Order: sequence, then C-alpha cells, then structure tokens
Amino acid sequence: MSNWIEVCALDEIDEEDVVPFDHAGHTYAIYRCPEGNVFATSGLCTHERIHLADGLVMDDIIECPKHNGRFNYKNGQAQGAPVCEHLKTFATKVENDTIYIEVAP
Amino acid sequence: MTMRDYSLTGASSRLAQEQGLASATWYQTDIPRKTMKALMKRSDGPAIRDTAIWLLCLVSFAAALYLTWGTFWAVPVFLCYALLYGTASDSRWHECSHGTAFKTPWMNNSVYYLASFMVIREPKVWKWSHARHHTDTIIVGRDYEIMGHRPTRVLRHILAMVGLPQTWGTLKSLVRHASGRLSPDEQSFIPEMEHNSVFRTARIMLALYGLSIGLAVGFQSWYLALIIGPLPAMAGVWLAYVFGLTQHAGLAENVLDHRQNCRTIYMNPVFRFLYWNMNYHIEHHMFPMVPYHQLPALHQLMKEDCPPVYHSTWSAFKEVVAAMWQQRKDPEHYVRRELPQTPTADTETTTMAAQTA
Repeated sequence: MSNWIEVCALDEIDEEDVVPFDHAGHTYAIYRCPEGNVFATSGLCTHERIHLADGLVMDDIIECPKHNGRFNYKNGQAQGAPVCEHLKTFATKVENDTIYIEVAP
Repeated sequence: MTMRDYSLTGASSRLAQEQGLASATWYQTDIPRKTMKALMKRSDGPAIRDTAIWLLCLVSFAAALYLTWGTFWAVPVFLCYALLYGTASDSRWHECSHGTAFKTPWMNNSVYYLASFMVIREPKVWKWSHARHHTDTIIVGRDYEIMGHRPTRVLRHILAMVGLPQTWGTLKSLVRHASGRLSPDEQSFIPEMEHNSVFRTARIMLALYGLSIGLAVGFQSWYLALIIGPLPAMAGVWLAYVFGLTQHAGLAENVLDHRQNCRTIYMNPVFRFLYWNMNYHIEHHMFPMVPYHQLPALHQLMKEDCPPVYHSTWSAFKEVVAAMWQQRKDPEHYVRRELPQTPTADTETTTMAAQTA
C-alpha cells in the first residue's frame, strides 16, 4: 500500500538544491536536479549521520557538508571514501506544483 | 607524571562516548543557506593558479640549487626549496583531502597523492583519520590528530620541527601496513572494506621512497637526495609544524564548539599562500566544505560570532608555547577563549562540555 506524504511546494526548492523534510521521526532530503526533476533520499549521511540538506548539490551528486562524502541522490549510490554505505531513496511525484514522497506506511 | 590516554581504544575513548562527546552536534554560526551555497561552490581556477605557481617555484628553486651547488648560496636556496616542499605540500595535502581545492575530482586526487608523497603521509590512512579529526575535533580518545598531548613532551616537539618523529612514525606504519596489519587505533577509524587499499598504497609508497633513495645512492648524488624524498620534507616541515601547533594546541579539549578549540589568525600573504588560508581555522572547522579561497569571505561573515582574531602568527605561536610550557607540569591548564554574546551563541552547551575537559 502506497503512503504518499506532502512535502512542500515545488518552488520552495531551487534547481540544483536540497531541503530537509522531517516526518514521523525520520528525516529526509528532497532534491531538485538541474533539469528540475525531484528526488528524495534519507536525510542523514551514512558515514556520520550529518544532515545532507546542509550539503552541496552538484549535478547528480549530493556532498555531505562535513566530510566530503558524496552520493548520487538519484539512486543513492555512495561514490567512495569516506562513505561506504548507500543512501536509501524514496519515490517522489509532483501534483499541482506540490511535491510528495512515498514512505513506508 | 603520566600521559593522558590519547589512544582511540582506551579509557578516554569510552569516557568520550559516555559523555556524548563522540559524533556530537557542534555549535555553528547561523549563515543563510544561499550564502553558504555560494561559498561552498567549487571552481578549478584558484587552485590551478596556485598549484602552477607552487610547482613553478619548486622547479625554479631546484634549478637554482643546481646552479649554486658548491657555493654559499646553495644553503638559502635549499631552505626556500625545502619550505615549498615540506610546508606547502602539507596544506595542499590537507585541502585536497577535503576534496574542496578543485572542482574536478581527478585534479584533487592528483595533487592529494603528490602532496602525500612529499609530506610523507599515507593518503588512505590520513583520509580517514582526518575525517575523524573533523567529527571529533580535539576530543580525547576520539581524535587521532591531536598535536598538543598533555603533559607536554618538549623534546618531541623540538624533534618534530625537523620531522624526526613524524618520519619515523610513518616508516613504522608503512612497514606495518605493507605487511598487512593495522594498529588497534587505526582499526577504530578505518572501515574493514578499506584495509586492502591501505596495504596496497603502503607497498607503493615504500617502493617510491626506496626508488628515490636508491636513485640518490646509485648516482651518489646529494643533489637528488635533497630534491626528492625524506630529506627536503624534513628540512622544510618546521613551518608547517608551527602552523599546525597554532591550529589547536593549548586550547580546550573536549568541547563542542570550534571557537574554543581552534584559532583564526591574520597571516601575511606569503604564509597564506604556503598555508592555503588554513589560518582561518575556526571557519574551516565549522564549515569544512568551504574551499580555501573562500575562507576570507566566510571569515567576514562570522567574525562577530567568534573570539578575537590573533593579529599575527607570532602572537598565536607565543600563546601556544606559553600554554604548552605550563602544560608540562599542569595538564589541566588551557587557554580559555572568550566567546562574544551573540544571539546564536549556545554558550550553555559549550560550557558544559568544557567542564568535562
């Protein structure tokens, strides 16, 4: 069963940027890629649990603001030291200029 | 007097974790997101320019040493070359380990490995130890890069000015890693999946140092020995060591506020070039993904939220020496930095942590 949660308006996220989103005790990072599409991952770096929403988005990459750990936010793949564990990703959709993510019920 | 336990697997480590000092949340100056994004933005230009100047200076002084060989002038020429080799490589190693100097990853990696060879540091091991240093800055039992161990061992610091303990330590660790072993401390911060990479890199580094020494011996050339390998690194490390001491030594241990355990110092342009702006050390630790060339701008934004800046390298270094001299006999002594009363300052957290030091 899908569980779509409203995040924010689409224009609240700049292109090539990320915002944090907290829901039910979990933190998520919501991205808009340079082409404008929306993606979502778990919000904390798998290395030292730093908030990725404070990091820098460069093309398909989110860089942790603390240790230079990099992930592809479209598929969650860790790009090398100091991150070894991939990020969890979540489905997103945009309806009526509002962003939703699908989380476990 | 017994040394504090700075190991990463002993009582201090357990205490740091029990007190919530490990992987903790640190104080940050409030800077708008758009401004921070602009500061973190990467570019290749400044680092290409500065690396080209650095390498050109190295080649020029190496040529000058060749031309002045056998004269008095060879001595000052070599000392300048050694500073570019042993001190400037330290800051290049550091910035590229953060992946912030260049926008292009292969450029960062190339300069990182070159500088690691020059400064005699294992690139894989130090990548992980430096990540820990930024997670748990000057937290006893967690940070592997604390230079100002208490009580102060004066002789060790004097020898370190010519690189002896560092070079000997790296030689031992290279042999240990080349033979497929890690120390318990290293195992605590290097993930298992990286171990083989550490071992392989150590073997390559040993081969390269062996080659550089072998060439000098084979050609019976002091010139080669002074141009590449351990000798220029050791002869030129003293200024990097002075810079390194001014970063944290003599300040508080076990606090969760970089304004209390880092120094920001105004330095002259030559030092800032050699040091790649790491004199803005509070700024660097609070926001480590801001490239070195943006640190002066970041400093302007947050200086009102920080303790007073040291106005010269000398003013910071003499404070370090005085504090460390006192710490020979009194390991509890440290320099307390006065924090400004700004709206964002969370002095309660930092004071609580300081009391555990």
